[in-house]
This record gives sequence, structure tokens and C-alpha cells, in this order.
Amino acid sequence: MPVRSQIEGSQAVARAVARCRPQVVAAYPISPQTHIVESLADLVRTGELDPCEYLMVESELGAMSACIGSSAMGSRTYTATASQGLLFMAEALFNASGLGLPIVMTVANRAIGAPINIWNDHSDSMSMRDSGWVQLFASSNQEAVDLHVQAFRLAERLSLPVMVCMDGFVLTHAVEQVDVPEQDEVDAFLPPFTPRQQLDPAQPVSIGAMVGPEAFTEVKYLMHARQMQALDEIPRIAADFEAAFGRPAGGLVRPYRTDDAETVVVALGSQVGTIEVVVDQLRDEGHPVGLLDVTCFRPWPRDEVRRALAGAANVVVLEKAFAVGAGGIVGQNTRLALAGTPTVVHDVVAGLGGRPVTAAAVRGLLDDVLAGRVDPHRLHFLGLRTDLVDGQLRRDAASVPGPHAESMLREAGVIGSGSH
Amino acid sequence: MTVEPKLYQVDTFAVGNRLLDPAQRSEQARADRSNAITSGHRACQGCGEVLGARYVLDAAMRATGGNMVAANATGCLEVFSTPYPETSWQLPWLHSLFGNAPAVASGMAAALRAQGRSDTRVVAQAGDGGTVDIGFGCLSGMFERNDDVLFVCYDNEGYMNTGVQRSGATPPAARTANTKALGPEPGNAFGQGKFVPLIAMAHEIPYVATATVADLRDLEAKVETAMGMSGARYLHVLVPCPLGWGSASEDTIKVARLARETGIFPVFEAERGRITAVSKIRRWQPVEEYLRIQRRYAHLFGEPRRDDIVARIQAQADHNIDRFGLLDDDPGYEQDQE
Repeated sequence: MPVRSQIEGSQAVARAVARCRPQVVAAYPISPQTHIVESLADLVRTGELDPCEYLMVESELGAMSACIGSSAMGSRTYTATASQGLLFMAEALFNASGLGLPIVMTVANRAIGAPINIWNDHSDSMSMRDSGWVQLFASSNQEAVDLHVQAFRLAERLSLPVMVCMDGFVLTHAVEQVDVPEQDEVDAFLPPFTPRQQLDPAQPVSIGAMVGPEAFTEVKYLMHARQMQALDEIPRIAADFEAAFGRPAGGLVRPYRTDDAETVVVALGSQVGTIEVVVDQLRDEGHPVGLLDVTCFRPWPRDEVRRALAGAANVVVLEKAFAVGAGGIVGQNTRLALAGTPTVVHDVVAGLGGRPVTAAAVRGLLDDVLAGRVDPHRLHFLGLRTDLVDGQLRRDAASVPGPHAESMLREAGVIGSGSH
Repeated sequence: MTVEPKLYQVDTFAVGNRLLDPAQRSEQARADRSNAITSGHRACQGCGEVLGARYVLDAAMRATGGNMVAANATGCLEVFSTPYPETSWQLPWLHSLFGNAPAVASGMAAALRAQGRSDTRVVAQAGDGGTVDIGFGCLSGMFERNDDVLFVCYDNEGYMNTGVQRSGATPPAARTANTKALGPEPGNAFGQGKFVPLIAMAHEIPYVATATVADLRDLEAKVETAMGMSGARYLHVLVPCPLGWGSASEDTIKVARLARETGIFPVFEAERGRITAVSKIRRWQPVEEYLRIQRRYAHLFGEPRRDDIVARIQAQADHNIDRFGLLDDDPGYEQDQE
């Protein structure tokens, strides 16, 4: 029987990962990922996770590079990072996916500087959305645990790297009741790693050859084709998981009260719990509102998103990242899914740099959408402190130099004497 | 290298393989050598790097009974050996990125430990750019963790694959594509650059050695020594680049020999941070003999001659001779440390 205990999200993930029996863990510390890898280091040290080599590398580039070497050598391989660390890995991320190495990585989602900020948003994972990694977003610590178990099976089945994204601090540091699967359950669900290709003195192969214009397109086409196979594999694995563990987890998307919904919120990660509460309130008040929780962001489940949103008049994409100078990221993908339909898509940015996405704020947003007060042609920032930005924009217009962040903090009275 | 030849050829330091005990013969003289990098690759004529790699890998394959894997950084060696769909490698070989070969190798070694396959050994190789510059953080990490990897740097003193730009291993006054022979201080600046073997020694890893492709049996012997040890080991091989150095293709060995005979490039071995052996200069030569046959130094011998710069390079060679004890009558580096 699984043990239900009050446990920190990071500890729960670390234990679940350990029960997936990774043979190599290579990691570099960065908040808010640290508790996961510290816990794994403990499990290796005590022999609870054995055999496993824990490499304390000199950087995130080193971490992902060691993972590449280990995975190519045929070992089940895991790492975790966040934020700046994910960016420092960027070159190796593309390399791992290009080489088709089934590495599993937790990203404890955190903002990217400047300005430096350790709190949660999705800018880090979103910046690497085109790196060729499968990206799964956990809405709760239970789902984070369950997605890791599924991630190893998915990665090794398709020979693709998988990123499990969980909100930094909001999930990683939250203590709550989580079922951590038992060793025998995980062993029954996750077969031992059989690499598609590995470095073997008995059968020498060259991995990572240079490819020119004559075949590069074809190699990339095959990468795309393989990642699209995940759209079939992920629901199968989720169904197997539910059969084995008795609870739903994973899949591509999870519609919540979307039947007959005229307005549907699209969201990823831990904020979906808050949004569910607001959807319930509005439903109780007679408003046909629903939620689409996107668990799999890469590959993009276009057909499933389209099906779930079909019939909605309004879609509100609430996302914790955006493309500076362009707009919503999940929003752009949602528009792609809804091409040719009359559905109106609203791009709303929320929860940047750890700003809480509260039920009250979401309720206010949906009230505005329902009342037609949100212009769908503009990027909307939930809870934006217009007093701060308007002041800075005025100063910019008056050609007053200086860094925005510092000027705004002065304006807000956080730093300085306020005299300027 | 402890070779007791029966007979030298007259007036040379060469000795024919047939005069040696079979155990002391070059790996390249064996019919059953592994040819780890085999024919058909696209290295330039006279390439020092591919010559060095051939000797290093075949010696390592001999030492491990063929039970080894290789990680390779981006660079000439990777590009000329694996144009899709061909490969010259006859051992398990992985190219990942330019700056991460040491960390990839660390991961391979960790995987082998976890799989209980410590009999399979890991060799990583890179040029000087991938070693002393962009891969240096990963290299230092691999050293300090004492991961079971032999890392080989083939030092041709610049970014040759991208068109001969300066690296942290480019010597002073050398002309490269971004340190041209222009202005009052032509070529690469003095007072910059680094000699990574000494930095490797500062990590107190089990073994550090330098070598050149002028002494290929010495190179093989150092590989054999390295593969007889475990932990992090570093081999820095000077490999002339006819393209980048502007030397004649047939002069690769000669240029490498002059680098050693002038003291420009010290050849030594070290264990746990202490120098244990130094290859003495056999016939000392002034640095001009080394510089004149490379067009990257042509600006020193034109009109006007830059004897002042040649003198500064000579002073560096003299410093090496003194520091490492490269001449017979020199007490040597070891004594300096006592």
C-alpha cells in the first residue's frame, strides 16, 4: 500500500525519482531545485538508492553534459535545475534532444533575471520550449510525483529527453499529503532501461557526427516525427498509470467543466487549482465557465486543445511567462489550435516572479472578461501596478535615464529616500 | 620512457623498431594495431593533430585491450573525422559540444561505475580551444573530482577549424586571423595566455604529461603510463598545424622537434602535482630556428626585422629551460622544489 504522508514536494519528487532507479544523477545547486537533489544525494549516501552515482558538477552545463555522457553509455540518468541554470544548460539541452537521449529532468520553475528573482514563474521552461524536450507541467505535488514515474517510461520508450516542470516554491517547498509510489509498484510500471543506441566497445558506433545540408532537414524532420509520437504515447502511459496506481495523472490536457462552457481558461502548473475554485464559484452562480489544464506543452497537443475548446466563445489563456515584444506564448499556441474558429483568445500574463495568482484576482479577471471589459487584441497583465509603470513611462518619455527596476522601486518607496 | 635500444642509427637519435625488443616497439609498428582513427578522414596534409590522435588512441586501445570509449569536443578532429554518413572512428565515440567534453567523459565514467563496468575506460579529447578556453570549467571540475578519465589536449595553439583565430594557448607574436601582423606590436600579445599542464598539476591529479608529435614513441609511452593509472589524467600534446602556423606540410615533425629543442615547449611528466621526469633538450637551438619556418612569425623577419620581439621569445624559451631544467647541466625543476 502506498504511504500517504505529509511531505515536502521536493522530498516527494526525490523519493519518486529514486524509486525509478536512476543510475546516474548529475546536478548543480540552484534555488528552488536544491531540496530535490540534496535529498537524492542523501539517498545515494545511505545506500537507499544503489547502484547510483551522484556527480557534483561545476555548473549546469556540466550537469547536462555529464547526463549526455551517462545516457549515451546506457545508464538511466536524471538531473534537476531551474531558471538561470536551465539557460546555462541551453546548448546541451538541444544536444541531448538531437542525440535522442532519454534523460529526465525536473525544472523547479523560476523567473529569469535581470532583475534577478528567485520566485516562481514559467519563463525558464518556456524559453526552452523549442529545445526538442518533451515538457510536462505538474499542477500539484501529487501530479509532480506521478509525472516523474511516467516521464522515465515515456523518455525511454521514445528515446527522447523529458522535462517535468513544477512550480518553484509553490510546489517544491509546499508540504502536503502525497502518495509516493512504493518501490515494487514503480518496478512493475517502469521496465529496466534498454537504450536504443549506446557506446559499447563490443559494437563501436560514432554518435554525434556532423551532418550537412544534404541530410540535416531529414534529421530534424525525424526529431519532430518522434516527438509527435509522444502525443500518442502520453495518453497510453497515463492510462496504464491509472490502472496500476488507481489515480489519474498525466495525459495531454485535462478539461475541467468545459462541457457547454462559453468561457474557458487555459493554464499550466499549480495555478490550475486556484482557477478550479473560481470556475466552481462562477458555475454555482450560473456562468458557463470551464478550465483546460495543459499538462503536456511540448509536443503541443493541438487537436486535443482544439477539441476541448471547441464551442467556447471566449478563451482566456492565463500564463506565467510571455514573449517580450510579441505577447503570450501559450496564447500563440492556443490560437494555432483554434485557427479557423470564431473563438476569441485573450492573452493574460500572471504570476511573474512569484506574484501570487489569487482566486480573487482570477475572479476579477473572469468578471471583466464576462462583462466584455478585456480587449482581446491587447496583452493583459493581471494585477499590474499601473501606478509604477505609468510613472516610469512618463519619466522615459521625459528622457530621464536609469534602470527601470531601480527607478520603480524608488517610486514605490522600497529603496532610497524617495526624493527624485 | 625507459627504452634501452641496442643500436642508434649513426648521427641521429632515431632507432629502428626492428632493433627494439618487441615489447618496446611502437604500437604503430604492430600489424594488429587498432587503427582507432582509420583512413579516409579529411585532415589537412601534414596535420599534427590527427597524427597525435592516431598514436594516442591506438596506444590507449592497446593498454585497455580495446575496452574503451571516447568523448570528443567539437573542432577539427571531430569535423574531419565524421562527415555524415562516414566515420573514421573504430572505437565507441561520442561528440557532444565544443565546451563540454570533460563533463561528457565524467558522465560516461559515472555510468560505467554505476554499471559495475570499471574495466571499460574513458578517454576524452579536444583541441586547445576546447580545453584551455571554452571547456576549461568542465575540465577543472573533472580534475577536482578525480573522475576516471584520460583527457588529451591536442594543442595547435589556436582556433584552426574556424579559420585560425587566437586561443588562450596561442603564443605571443604569432599571427592569427584576429591577431594580425598589424601595428607596432604585431601578432598575439605578450603577457597573456596560459599553460594548462601547470594548472592541471595544481589540481594534484594522478598524472599530467606533455608531449609532441616529434617523439611519438614517448607519446605512446605516456599514454600507456596514463592508462595504467586511475583517476583524472591529463596529456597535453603539441601538434603543429601547417594551415594555421604557415609551416610546410612535410615539416610538421621538424617544427614539433624544434619546439622542444628550443625550450619553447617543455616536455615533462608529473604525478600528484610534482614533476617526475623531464625530456632534456638534445641539441639546443635558438628560437629563431623554430620561428623562421612558420609564416605566422614572418613579420619578425621582414623589413624591418623585429629582433626585439625575437629576443623576447628567446627569453621565454630560456625561462622554460631554467624553470623545467631542460638542459643537461641544469639542476632542473624538481631540485627547485626542494
